[in-house]
Amino acid sequence: MGVISEAIKDMKGYKLHIVKSDKYKTNTMVWKMKAPLSKESVTKRALLPYVLQSSTANYPSTAALRSYLDDLYGASMFVDVSKKGEYQIISISVEVANEKFLSDQTPLLKKGLELLAEIIKNPLIKNNAFDGETVEKEKRTLKQRIHSVNDDKMRYSSFRLVQEMCSGEPYALHANGELDQVDDISEVSLFEYYQKAFAEDELDLYVIGDVSPEEVETTAASLFEFADRVPQDSNSLDGVRREEKVVKEEQDVKQGKLNIGYRTHIKYGDPDYYALQVFNGIFGGFSHSKLFHNVREKASLAYYVASRLESHKGLMMVMSGIEFKNFELAVNIIKEQMDAMRSGDFTDEEIEQTKAVIENQMLETLDTARGMVEILYHNVVSKINVPLDQWMKGMQESTKDDIIAVANKVNLDTIYFLTGMEAGE
Amino acid sequence: MEKIAFDQLQEELYYEKLANGLDVYILPKKGFNKTYATFTTKYGSIDNHFMPFGKQEFVKVPDGIAHFLEHKLFEKADGDVFQQFSRQGASANAFTSFTRTAYLFSSTSNVERNLETLIDFVQDPYFTEKTVEKEKGIIGQEITMYDDNPDWRLYFGVIENMYQNHPVKIDIAGTIESISHITKDMLYECYETFYHPSNMLLFVVGAIEPEAIMNQIKSNQEKKDYTAKPEIQRRFGQEIEESAKKKQVLQMNVQTPKCLVGIKSPPSTLTGSEMLKQELSVNILLDILFGKSSDHYTELYNEGLIDDSFSYDYTQEQGFGFAIVGGDTPDPEKLGEKLTAMLLDAKQGSIINEDNLERARKKKIGGFLRSINSPEFIANQFTRYAFNEMDLFDVVPMLEKITVKDVQESAGSIIDEKRFTICQVVPKNK
Repeated sequence: MGVISEAIKDMKGYKLHIVKSDKYKTNTMVWKMKAPLSKESVTKRALLPYVLQSSTANYPSTAALRSYLDDLYGASMFVDVSKKGEYQIISISVEVANEKFLSDQTPLLKKGLELLAEIIKNPLIKNNAFDGETVEKEKRTLKQRIHSVNDDKMRYSSFRLVQEMCSGEPYALHANGELDQVDDISEVSLFEYYQKAFAEDELDLYVIGDVSPEEVETTAASLFEFADRVPQDSNSLDGVRREEKVVKEEQDVKQGKLNIGYRTHIKYGDPDYYALQVFNGIFGGFSHSKLFHNVREKASLAYYVASRLESHKGLMMVMSGIEFKNFELAVNIIKEQMDAMRSGDFTDEEIEQTKAVIENQMLETLDTARGMVEILYHNVVSKINVPLDQWMKGMQESTKDDIIAVANKVNLDTIYFLTGMEAGE
Repeated sequence: MEKIAFDQLQEELYYEKLANGLDVYILPKKGFNKTYATFTTKYGSIDNHFMPFGKQEFVKVPDGIAHFLEHKLFEKADGDVFQQFSRQGASANAFTSFTRTAYLFSSTSNVERNLETLIDFVQDPYFTEKTVEKEKGIIGQEITMYDDNPDWRLYFGVIENMYQNHPVKIDIAGTIESISHITKDMLYECYETFYHPSNMLLFVVGAIEPEAIMNQIKSNQEKKDYTAKPEIQRRFGQEIEESAKKKQVLQMNVQTPKCLVGIKSPPSTLTGSEMLKQELSVNILLDILFGKSSDHYTELYNEGLIDDSFSYDYTQEQGFGFAIVGGDTPDPEKLGEKLTAMLLDAKQGSIINEDNLERARKKKIGGFLRSINSPEFIANQFTRYAFNEMDLFDVVPMLEKITVKDVQESAGSIIDEKRFTICQVVPKNK
């Protein structure tokens, strides 16, 4: 089994994580910055990495920066803003070819790290402010990005469920930020936020590939240096149990989108987290699961129906696309499957099958450098170091009773349905 | 078994054509946990007019039948194959494109058993009237899902604009109406015609030992009785050279408009390395014109006409091909005009020089190395290339050979205003 070894080093103001592996043709670097989700900063954080990747002091335009990336054998560089529990996480990724597969022997890893440092530490600034033009362009694009959620009904209905279910909790915020806050951000206020983020955020650098750990450490130490900090906690609250809430929204759509949110009251690192994984797999995580089998294969109501976990917030979300008139029927079938889980109406074979598929999924994810970073980063977010072999062992050892106990802990919170304008009730 | 070594890439590929005509390729990947296998037939949504196996007359089948067949192959008398794969710790899937139907699994254990399951389920159809009827509800929801997806409608809208007769203009999944006509007998007829091993390719990549895997596949195939069969005869109709429709505007429930400009490829009979050269040259051309380091990209982005969703792509298959550029935009008319003007301006070729060619070439080589980290990419792209008599592993050597003149020539041949077309998605009038 390919369980990996991650070397973690405490550096100045950040942690350096190195995974040495010779299976890739490229070397991957991911810079992560984590801070609690808050209405006050959510939009600035959503904008910041896009401004950073647009221009730097040495490459003062997107074209100049991108030409340089092309010259580095098509180094890829992209940024992302996401939510993990009640944290908002900025990721900046650079991937370069490993020069051992090229006829040209330019040291691309070093150049890649230097480029990452340039983006993070040497932005295009004038008089304690970012370049105004860059900020204005990226504000425009951010507004488009926020708007675009409305045009993809699957993403829209997932977002609306979270908004309804977690209203009043920071988790209801979208990682892309709030539309009505974009205009208020200026090149000055964003630069102030940039300084604050680099002073206070929890910072992690991942380097993955066929690299020399000593060399990476030396290079990183010379390029990245920040003040020490104590990362802030999110004070995430577990939602209280309440009566089921049903929200229906009408729009001009052809297919109804049914999204159901559950509170699991279990987070990554909790003792029953392993059984929760298996529970979710039997219930709805895969194409052998109860949801797929009963909603799709038996009742022919949907093309997609699945459940997935939000591990750091303690949520489970079911999503499906159905005909408007089948709302009650689909909800009933889904509830029946949950009842079956609670009463232990699932076989040992379903348990074994699910464990095998979860283990497979985990090992497959480790075959991609970015997947590996995401798995390892769970440990940073949860502040609990679960080595991968322990994770596998815990999952494999969870029993039927553990799974039933989890099923009885999970409660339905909100049902959201996006339906047509002349919904046939 | 033949072994082909790619020294610069440090990869080795194993190949054998079996007695029944099946092409088998095996690529061991050092250090990977997973094995990924695809079993692909050269049969897609465009193959809707053909001479059925053992018959004397051509038939036309309902739109969406190749995709329908893909769904139905997973169901057997004793349940569905997904269950069996997951018992063996694998995840399985399938997809249908214009020209191919691929069945696949990935797994990190029980590879031999999963491979056996993959081959056997694809080679053992089980269609009944009852299961065919049931599938119509499921696929109906798949079609409705895409109907609500503006990017999907936009992409297929621009392709539909280009063609008058060629079946590439038909939706891959068909329509709720067209699939209502599908019967189990039609599925068997398509199956018998297109799923003979001689029309198929099996690719296995990952944590495997090539000898053992090849022996397993051979002994599996030797147990099955496949008689040699004649070439498949397909018809695609006469196609005009220009785009059939210059413009289409789709009104949808969206907030942000979208615009794509498409160029239909000129008629081409290229295959093999000539086709590869053409495909890479046009892709380099598009990189030079619209890559993030280009002047055009800078201009469009600075004017607020494009955002992160902007993309460009060129696809060439036997009998059809197209370049497509565009994305979300506040002003679809203006974006369409600008892209058209930029493309037409590139026709005479002066925008292409040694500097930007060299940059695009390096970008493509690095991009290729990144891609071959992915077993999925290798298996799927290798298969697509092989069906067009191209070799995926020729990409880097070919990229190294392409000259300014090659790119200029492909600009001259692909860019022609009569083959342009535009598709827009705009917010519905309330």
